[in-house]
Amino acid sequence: MKVGVVTFPGSLDDVDARRAVTFGGHEAVALWHGDHDLQGVDAVVLPGGFSYGDYLRCGAISRFSPVMTEVIEAAGRGMPVLGICNGFQILCESHLLPGALIRNDHRKFNCVDQRLRIENTSTPWTSAYEQGAEVTIVLKNGEGGFVASEDVLDQLEGEGRVVARYLGDNPNGSLRDIAGISNERGNVVGLMPHPEHAVEDLCGPGTDGLGFFTSLAAVAFA
Amino acid sequence: MARYVVDVMPKPEILDPQGKAVLGALPRLGFAGVVEVRQGKRFEVEIEGDATPESLAEVEQMAQTLLSNPVIEDFEVRTA
Repeated sequence: MKVGVVTFPGSLDDVDARRAVTFGGHEAVALWHGDHDLQGVDAVVLPGGFSYGDYLRCGAISRFSPVMTEVIEAAGRGMPVLGICNGFQILCESHLLPGALIRNDHRKFNCVDQRLRIENTSTPWTSAYEQGAEVTIVLKNGEGGFVASEDVLDQLEGEGRVVARYLGDNPNGSLRDIAGISNERGNVVGLMPHPEHAVEDLCGPGTDGLGFFTSLAAVAFA
Repeated sequence: MARYVVDVMPKPEILDPQGKAVLGALPRLGFAGVVEVRQGKRFEVEIEGDATPESLAEVEQMAQTLLSNPVIEDFEVRTA
């Protein structure tokens, strides 16, 4: 598959995400925030970083960048979209996902090898995992606290749309320990931890993140 | 020139870590008796022409779409 990775001004993890996409067995395509063009890709990753300097709110300005018009439209047609960290914030600001991400409750930037449980393996980004798999993936954020109204949280839980949940101490104050969620259809996934930093043994806490990028192949050949 | 002020505040039920940090700092500076601080944003918007109901509605639209996130924030628009 051709997987596009968008670079916004201030993106940090776009190159790592493209590398992880390649490790997952796909062709990585660099997409530019200022282009109204997805270059014919089959899926899109919105990477981590501090797009537009996190000015106004994290993801608030990126959400209106030209490429997002195309991403939002493609997501509506069912194209798989994965937002990692800042990408998750952009997806919430775009209203492709419910809720919002606010400053960590302890007010410090957090960088840890985080234990997670994968709770929904029916999305195109998580189908390579066993249901309930416990994995370790890097978490690094200052504004990773997931918040939503009680009704929305109940709906997410009821519809099985909590994709990943933090294990152990809650690292950022996210309500109900939520680390990642999906939209109703399941094709759009937002995740605070960084699977693209856990795809090779040389660096990072292992290769537990690779599944997010190999899952797409299973979708392609299903 | 029409001037508007948009105040954006975190919703009461949303945790405000920045406000909490300020609240924690005040007693250290000798300001006693402060029980709560909430931190928000203030935008000053200038629009060509006179203030009209239409330009007010436009600023409210700006506040709704970009200046605030209605999931976590409330806003108020007034003429300056």
